[in-house]
Amino acid sequence: MYTASDLRKGLKVILDGEPYIVTSFDFSKPGKGQALYRTKLRNMITGLTIDRTYREGDTFEPASLEERAMQFLYKEGDHYHFMDNENYEQIIISEGSLGDAKNFLIENLNVEVLMFGDRPIGVELPNFVNLRVTKTEPWVRGDTSKADFKPATLETGYVLRVPPFIEEGELITIDTRTGEFSKRVKE
Amino acid sequence: MAKNWPLARRKENLQQRACLLRQIREFFVGNGYVEVETPHRIPSPAPESHIDAVPSGTWFLHTSPELCMKRMMAAGYEKIFQVCRCWRERERGSLHLPEFTLLEWYRAGGDYRSLMEECEGFIQSMARSIGLEQKIVFRGREIDLSGPWERMSVHEAFHDYTQTSVTEALERDLFDEIMVRDIEPRLGLEKPMFIYDYPAQRGALARLKRQDQSVAERFELYVGGLELANGFSELVDASEQRKRFQVENENRQSLGKRIYSMPGKFLAELDEMPPAAGIALGVDRLVMVFLNAETIDEVVAFTPEEL
Repeated sequence: MYTASDLRKGLKVILDGEPYIVTSFDFSKPGKGQALYRTKLRNMITGLTIDRTYREGDTFEPASLEERAMQFLYKEGDHYHFMDNENYEQIIISEGSLGDAKNFLIENLNVEVLMFGDRPIGVELPNFVNLRVTKTEPWVRGDTSKADFKPATLETGYVLRVPPFIEEGELITIDTRTGEFSKRVKE
Repeated sequence: MAKNWPLARRKENLQQRACLLRQIREFFVGNGYVEVETPHRIPSPAPESHIDAVPSGTWFLHTSPELCMKRMMAAGYEKIFQVCRCWRERERGSLHLPEFTLLEWYRAGGDYRSLMEECEGFIQSMARSIGLEQKIVFRGREIDLSGPWERMSVHEAFHDYTQTSVTEALERDLFDEIMVRDIEPRLGLEKPMFIYDYPAQRGALARLKRQDQSVAERFELYVGGLELANGFSELVDASEQRKRFQVENENRQSLGKRIYSMPGKFLAELDEMPPAAGIALGVDRLVMVFLNAETIDEVVAFTPEEL
């Protein structure tokens, strides 16, 4: 059992018999009041997101999903094709079920596909993946203006904030748990 | 670029923070307050239903310096302030750190109304002293710091912003949820706002209002929807205080939380405390407001996760 204080982004729980993943989470506590855990949860089957506020004593059943090692093959429209590394069976997961994971899927990436019974309902990514920057403004050396960050677009189309010294064409490491820049890759 | 670039990029924020800390001290010293330091590690924190102390050996790290500072008031110190680290277990979010910096000040003779005025003047003075204009930008809004700030009772806030009365919210045990979801996000959006006269059970250490015993003389200050400070007219009746602590401990027990031993020396001396008002203000959050920071992480050197 989880309690509300275990809630964090990415945690998978069963609500009303269906698996949900926490997609956003914040802690709030009105003055002298109780701790409240405000969450958004995505139904891993339907892809629909709900808002829920929990209290400290609330408990949750963990969603124990079978994981199967697979490789991402390619994307076709909003269908993402994967291949089981053991039996070479191919499966399709829709973009809605992938959630944020779609931002980090590059061909041949090894992932764990989550199965709810026979249904593939999502993927677990490695914590860190390397992706190439396809678009970002050049860095003016010596520019000490306040720009601590600048936007960059990755090969998957994902846009994030990177430090100003990152150049177009560079390979960078992303923390898939937060979606944030982690480091620059030496090539 | 430093290996720890998230820390490197906070340099300007932390310089401003240091400047603000110096100005806080100058303000209070200039207004006749004495800076005090009370122990961080104490044997009995004030029993309050929803504030959990971090154990330290058989003692605890304080959750605020309130009890020790009030003992000083009882012993004849009339105007005191303290800036210190406080610890609250399991409080972590974009606006919370389990270890944070609190500013508390107490003044003999004052009540919560005079304290609201003093608090307003203090924050205006701080904004000026670090070079901010009268209008600041926080959370995407322009907030006008010029006085007088808005004031609204908790009763009015429930009336104006929700379908539920305070009484109903308390009966249905939804006070906190409604506060967080429907009220807080609307407070202090144009000018800072004081919300005052909290239900009596929401102010374990506050004096009840003479004309209406169902509410405590307690207020909270909000800026751009962010809660910044909590102040009240102090309860100085020791036997009443002991009863309140017992009720809080009973609440703690029913929530499955640890019960705290009665702070005996505090209770023994409380009757000697003069009528007074006191306030706790989150320094990290004040820095957030002044620097237009989105999260508390941006205004401290290290979060627990970065250690």
